[in-house]
This record gives sequence, structure tokens and C-alpha cells, in this order.
Amino acid sequence: MKKYGKPAALFVILAIAIALPLLLNMSRRGKFQIQVFTIAMIWAIATLSLNLILGYTGQACLAHGAFFGIGAYAFAICVERVGINFWPSILIACLVTATLGFLVGLPSLRTKGPYFAIVTLCFNVIVYNVFENWTWLSGGIKGQTVTIPSYLGERWVRYYLVLACLVLVLIIERQIVKSLLGSSLIAIRSNENLTEAVGISSFRNKLLSFTVSCFLVGLAGALFAMEKGSVDTTVTNYLYSFYILIYLLIGGVATLAGPVVGAIGIFYLLERIQSLKEFRFLIFGLILVVVIIYLPMGVVGGIKQFWEWAKDKWGKPAEAPE
Amino acid sequence: MSFFFKQIVIGIQLGSQYVLVALGLTLIFGILDISHFAHGHMYMIGAYLLYILMVLGGVNYWLALIICMAALAVAGVIVERVIYRPLQGSPSINSFIAAIGMILFLEALVRGIQPTSLNVPKPIDRTVTFLGITMEVQRLIVIAGAIIFIVLLQLFIKRTRLGTAIEAMAQDREGAALVGISVSRMSALTFAVATALAAAAAVLMAPVAYIAPEMGSVLVLKAFVIVVLGGLGSIKGAIFGGYLLGILEALAIAYISSAYKDVFAFGVLIIILAIRPTGLFGGREA
Repeated sequence: MKKYGKPAALFVILAIAIALPLLLNMSRRGKFQIQVFTIAMIWAIATLSLNLILGYTGQACLAHGAFFGIGAYAFAICVERVGINFWPSILIACLVTATLGFLVGLPSLRTKGPYFAIVTLCFNVIVYNVFENWTWLSGGIKGQTVTIPSYLGERWVRYYLVLACLVLVLIIERQIVKSLLGSSLIAIRSNENLTEAVGISSFRNKLLSFTVSCFLVGLAGALFAMEKGSVDTTVTNYLYSFYILIYLLIGGVATLAGPVVGAIGIFYLLERIQSLKEFRFLIFGLILVVVIIYLPMGVVGGIKQFWEWAKDKWGKPAEAPE
Repeated sequence: MSFFFKQIVIGIQLGSQYVLVALGLTLIFGILDISHFAHGHMYMIGAYLLYILMVLGGVNYWLALIICMAALAVAGVIVERVIYRPLQGSPSINSFIAAIGMILFLEALVRGIQPTSLNVPKPIDRTVTFLGITMEVQRLIVIAGAIIFIVLLQLFIKRTRLGTAIEAMAQDREGAALVGISVSRMSALTFAVATALAAAAAVLMAPVAYIAPEMGSVLVLKAFVIVVLGGLGSIKGAIFGGYLLGILEALAIAYISSAYKDVFAFGVLIIILAIRPTGLFGGREA
């Protein structure tokens, strides 16, 4: 029974995710909710990508807002100005983002800890400034419109596309974490010097993790551009880097469920309390501080901890000590 | 030629605010090893406090300067106690993230109450002409005020017992604790001094610039650039770097492009950190 507990739970969650648009489509107000969930899942992909570099590798990248925007713009420009088909454009957007990530990672990953965070944040500000001022590239205030194929015209089709991408990203990340590379990344997070000492090139592994992370956030950006139908310069804002960070930290770093729970949960909550306007971020700033002080592993990590604790306390006694 | 000199003076004035903010940051980052990213937002709070006191409360500018510095010093101690103290011993990135939480909180608080930018009246609304350069008096007050505060800080650190204790902690934290310097009390003191300096910068600058909720975010990044380039915990480095960045920025605005000025500043940081990952002068591992 216990053996099948986890797959069964995952199956139920997936079933709910698949059934959700069908249920929402029945009511008129629900139809708009589909888009909210679609965008929430796009943020979940972005958060999963940050999880790879911050959660597992321990490098706090604050440029994911920039890479998100670069992915969105690369996709939009490919589709609209170059005239490439929809699917290859998504792939090109991911590759462009990954290449840029690789080039940015080369210098910036030599720095550590808060320095890395500052360098990546500086990069994000630079990207934002360039997109704001170089109107030929960004389309200025109007932005760049994206026309998508007609079979993606319905909200629920795009929902399933994004859901499929999310599941794919989850599987990719799970495979990476379970692989030897994943173990190396976690070793780098725990103790970089020791990792070097046992013969693992920390720089090469960090760079690989960073590049993959950028590839995935590029995918999120491209999907965002598809869902919104246009992109403007706000997608490159460094505030997005902060939001992705909040989703990740509140959900739970270094878990697979955490980023998904954090991104979808918080994004949905933010949409629900939109009437509060700016004061929403007052609350979230406060939550971020409290979470990082008292619950550094996030909500999912906290639940896991509680579960372990509860099993110790009330569960059947483990094997008696010899 | 007078145009060039005017840009230099404006650069020194821009640099003055950078120096005051970077000094506080270098004390906190260098001595306590806390990347206090919300420092720029404390500066922003200082500017808004000035607005409340001066425009809404009718307090004299110079009295408001002292009140703002005192109030922000207390705020700095509270931030250290409530947010950074519980995070002691956890990875340094955690305090950075807590600071981001603080940024969101403070910015949303101010933007929620007053979304538009505000102006603060100048205490001496005149211009002076000297060697063919016409300058607003307030810009000269900024320059003079910054110099006074730099000298006061130097005197405090070199000549008083508390100041030397801070310097001792900067050199060797464990050694300082060993000879009976209370590390936690010194942390609070460092935060108080640093935040008061940020408030001073805000109060001096507010009349020549407008005040807005997001004024702190780019400023603190620039201060980080200065601190990293000048060397962690180095007061001389912060002063030199601050003025240099101010002058370069003023010249870049005047002669190259105002839109891309931040791109230059941050691009330089990325290049330098790529070559020397621990900063220009800092030999210490981050």
C-alpha cells in the first residue's frame, strides 16, 4: 500500500490538473480562470528552472527575470519578424536563452555567494535598460505582438500545452537530480572546496546547471509570450527575478513539489487579492522575511519536516535499537 | 570649458550621495558580512520622512536632518535585531533574500500610500555664480555636507573607543570578541551609524532630486558596485569609488548618453568581477 502511495497521489493531482479546464469551461466566469492557471504554470516552469541553480546548486541567480524576458522576446521576434514556425521558434528561444546564459555564466559563476547574486542582478538591470532604450529590438512601449497558430486559439488548448511542458520540465529536473550530475550539484551546494578536492570540477558543473536552468526559463518566457499574445519590456524587469525567487522560497527550495506549489499557489493568491494593489507585495515581502527566518526550506520542506517529526512521534516505532 | 567644470561639480555632488550610502554599506557588508540589500530602501524611507517632517510638519530643514538621522539610526538597529540577528549562522545568501523581502515590503508600503513622486522644497533656494559656473546652493550643500559627515565618521572610528571597537571587529572578528568587545552590540552600532549616513544622504539629496518609492533600488546596486570595487570594509575605497563613479556618471550623461549610464556602471562591475572574483582590493573569499 505504502509503495503505491506516492504514484497514486501524483496520478490524482495530474487527473485534477487535466479535469480543471473542463470544469472551468462550464461557467462563464471560470473561463477566465483557465488563463490564470496557465500563467501560474508558466511561472511554475520558471521557478523550477531557478530551483535547479539556486535550490540544488546553491547559486542565487537574480537574472532569471532577464532570461525570462529574453526567451519571450526571442520567441516573439522569431515568429513575427523572421517568420519561423511556432514549434521551431520555441526551441530557438530556448537555445538563444541557454547560449546567453552560458556566456553570462562564464564570467559570473567565478564569483560566489552574494557576489554572484549582485552580478546577476546587475546583468538583469543592464538587460532591462537595453530593452527599455533599444526600441528597435523591444518595440518600445507598444511591445511586440505574437500571432500564434489558429489551433492554439482556444484557452484550454494552450492550458494543456503548458501543462504538458510543466510535466516535461518536472521529469527533466527529476532525472537531472537523480543522476550523477545532480549529486555533484548538491555536493557543490554543501561544500564547494570539498567537491573540488574529490575531483569534481565545480565550475563546469555550475556552468552546466546554469545553462540548463536558462534553457528552461527561456521555455517559460516563450510560453508566456504565446499566452499573452504580445511582449513588452516589463518582462525583462528584475522584479520578476524577485517574484520567481519568492515563489521558490515560499514553496520550498531543493524539492520538486515546492516550486510548483509555490508558483501556482502564490500566483493564484495574488490574482485573487488584486484589489489590494500595491499592498499585496507588502504582505509578500513580510512572508518572505518570515519564511527565510523560520522556515528556510519553505512550505513543502516544512510539511516534509513535520511529516518526519510526526512519524517519529506517533508512527509505529522503527526497528528497535540493537 | 565651464560646461565641463559644471559637469565635474555635478559629478562630485552625485558622488557625495554615493559615498554616504556606500560608506554605510561597506561597514555592514565588510564588517558584519551581511549583504544588506535593503540599504537603499532605508535611504528612501529617510527621504520620505524628510517630506513628512518638512512639508507636512513644517519642521526646519536642518532640524529635520537631525531627526531623520536619529530615527533611521533606530530603524537600522531594529532591522538588525529583528531580521538579521535570527539569520546569524545561516548561509549568507539567506540574509540577502531577507533583504529582498524587506525591499518589497518597504517599496509596497510607500507606493501604496503615495504612488507618485514628490518634491521637497530647497532650504536655500538660490544659485551662486563662481568662475562662470552657475550652481544651485543645494548642490554645494550636498558636497559640503558629505565632506562633514565623512570627517565625522573618520573621527568617530579613529578617535573614540566605540569606533576603534568597530575597526577592531573589521580586522578580526574573533579576536575582537576575545578581548571582550560585544559583537552583538557592535553589530547594532554599525547598523545605526550606517543607516544614519544613508538618511543624511537622502536628506541632502532630496531637494535637488525628486523622491520616489523606487529611488533606492538602483542606488543600492551602485553602492554595491562601489563597495566591491573599493574593497570590502574599506572606508577609503568607498570614498574614492563613490566620487569616481559620480564624476564618470556625470560625464557619461553629458557627453555620451543618459539612457545607458547605468549599463556602463554595472557592465564595469561584471567585467571586474569576472577578472577578480573577490573585488579589486579585497583578497578575502566571499
